[in-house]
Amino acid sequence: MTTETKNAMIRFENLHQEFTLSGSKFTALDGVNLSIADGEFVTVVGPSGCGKSTMLNAAAGLLDPTSGRVVVDELEVDGPSPRTGVIFQQYALFPWLTVRKNVEFGLKLKKMPAGERRAIADHYLDLVGLTRFAEALPKELSGGMKQRCAIARAYAVNPEILLMDEPFGALDALTRVHMQEQLLETWTKERRTVMFVTHDVDESVFLASRVIAMAARPGRIYQEIMIDLPYPRTESMRLSDEFARLRARVWEAVYHQPDAKGADE
Amino acid sequence: MAPKNPPTAADTSLVPGGGGVSTEAPENSPPRKPRNGGNRKFSRKVMLSINLASVAAGIIGWWLVSAIGIQGLPGPVEVIERGGELMANGTLAEDSGASLARVLTGFALGTLLAIPVGFLMGWYTVARGIIEPYVQFFRTIPPLAIIPLAIVTMGIGEVPKVFVIFLAAFLSCVISTFQGVVGVENTLINAARVLGAKSFTVFIRVVVPASSPFILVGMRIGLGAAWATVVAAELIAAPNGLGFRMQQAQLYYDLPTIFVSLIAIGILGLIMDRLLLMIEARLTRWQERR
Repeated sequence: MTTETKNAMIRFENLHQEFTLSGSKFTALDGVNLSIADGEFVTVVGPSGCGKSTMLNAAAGLLDPTSGRVVVDELEVDGPSPRTGVIFQQYALFPWLTVRKNVEFGLKLKKMPAGERRAIADHYLDLVGLTRFAEALPKELSGGMKQRCAIARAYAVNPEILLMDEPFGALDALTRVHMQEQLLETWTKERRTVMFVTHDVDESVFLASRVIAMAARPGRIYQEIMIDLPYPRTESMRLSDEFARLRARVWEAVYHQPDAKGADE
Repeated sequence: MAPKNPPTAADTSLVPGGGGVSTEAPENSPPRKPRNGGNRKFSRKVMLSINLASVAAGIIGWWLVSAIGIQGLPGPVEVIERGGELMANGTLAEDSGASLARVLTGFALGTLLAIPVGFLMGWYTVARGIIEPYVQFFRTIPPLAIIPLAIVTMGIGEVPKVFVIFLAAFLSCVISTFQGVVGVENTLINAARVLGAKSFTVFIRVVVPASSPFILVGMRIGLGAAWATVVAAELIAAPNGLGFRMQQAQLYYDLPTIFVSLIAIGILGLIMDRLLLMIEARLTRWQERR
């Protein structure tokens, strides 16, 4: 029951992924089909081991699928590319570079002249509210600021897609909520196709227009839930009955899955 | 196999207030007592004066012991006088210069080779498979044990001494460079790749800077090993150098000269170590320290 969208920005086509873990085979993804439309914000939520990060890594070109493929903007993914920006849970900032130089990293690889680089970096630092910390080193930043820097760095190379792998997973609850709001604000200003992996049900509902609930052993898509709340999402929406109803549905889909090894679906 | 957190040189040095065993206060001690007991932080000035007082006390102790008259032990005054003589006639400078020249040549050659080899081992699995057995094997042999072989095969000139020092510096530096490369976080490499970096760029822009703290620690250990080795190498066969001077002094039962040489070795070693430490602190300022 996946939506088939024409002109999908990302398309997972019958994606299978197997790993060998200490000698035994393990199916991380068992035939995943999913299309994400241009400009859509999709969250992927599920228990650990459901293959949600594997899916993201396949889309990022960081691993080779066992079979099937991922197509980004009508081009098959066959390795990492600046077309797909990735934001990691562990921030992955280069600790020896200042905030600005981190943001400029991808631009430097493109051999962009310094002036242009600076202008772009300034723009995105402003967008994530880090202008004052442009010359700081990552070690001087808080967790939330580090992740904002990583977001600016991903945006700077102008990717078509942002892949976010539990980006706020290491943050405290309050910072997390702020970061969600800020991310949506950024996304509204500079819209990109977003695939956001999380294990936080609230987060998945608040951010997305569509939630993909995954099941584990073997990893597969279990349910899709449309989140028909309008953007911009506000704090009061978080407390609304509609939000509660959607959250309950996602919760149900994630935590009350029929045991894959047992009962028939 | 590599430790997750890069080592910082400060961990192993005698920084004021750092290191040492902290004497945790017992649980039912008076509440006003500072939590880390005897390891209270002093200001730099206070710490320095404690250091100086301790050294002064040590010298006074030495003087007392020699004054009581332990057979043959020279006192501080005697040693300082001899130091003055050796400085005046240029021997001390010549010996120090000769030893330093050997150390720096061997050390430079050793690290110059160790860094690329360590990178190769860390980055290419095949290279690691080829090189590692040799490194692991030679690492277990003290460089000094190579001296007889080096003298037999290379004669008694400068070559065998520089070679042994080279080996000592190389072995300690190659291991830590290798560990540095292996320990580079995968996410950092992936982060560079998704920003468009190809293999070589990842290496230059991520692996090299990320492993630099390890390399610098390896260089410090390598310099220490080189310095320890040079003196021993000079004890066996050399026309000059601090080790040679001690060897000569030993023949004539000239204890003051041995003391002067030992002190010179200590001071020069300390200066070199501090210099590298300063360079290291400057280059790895970005590191998160705990």
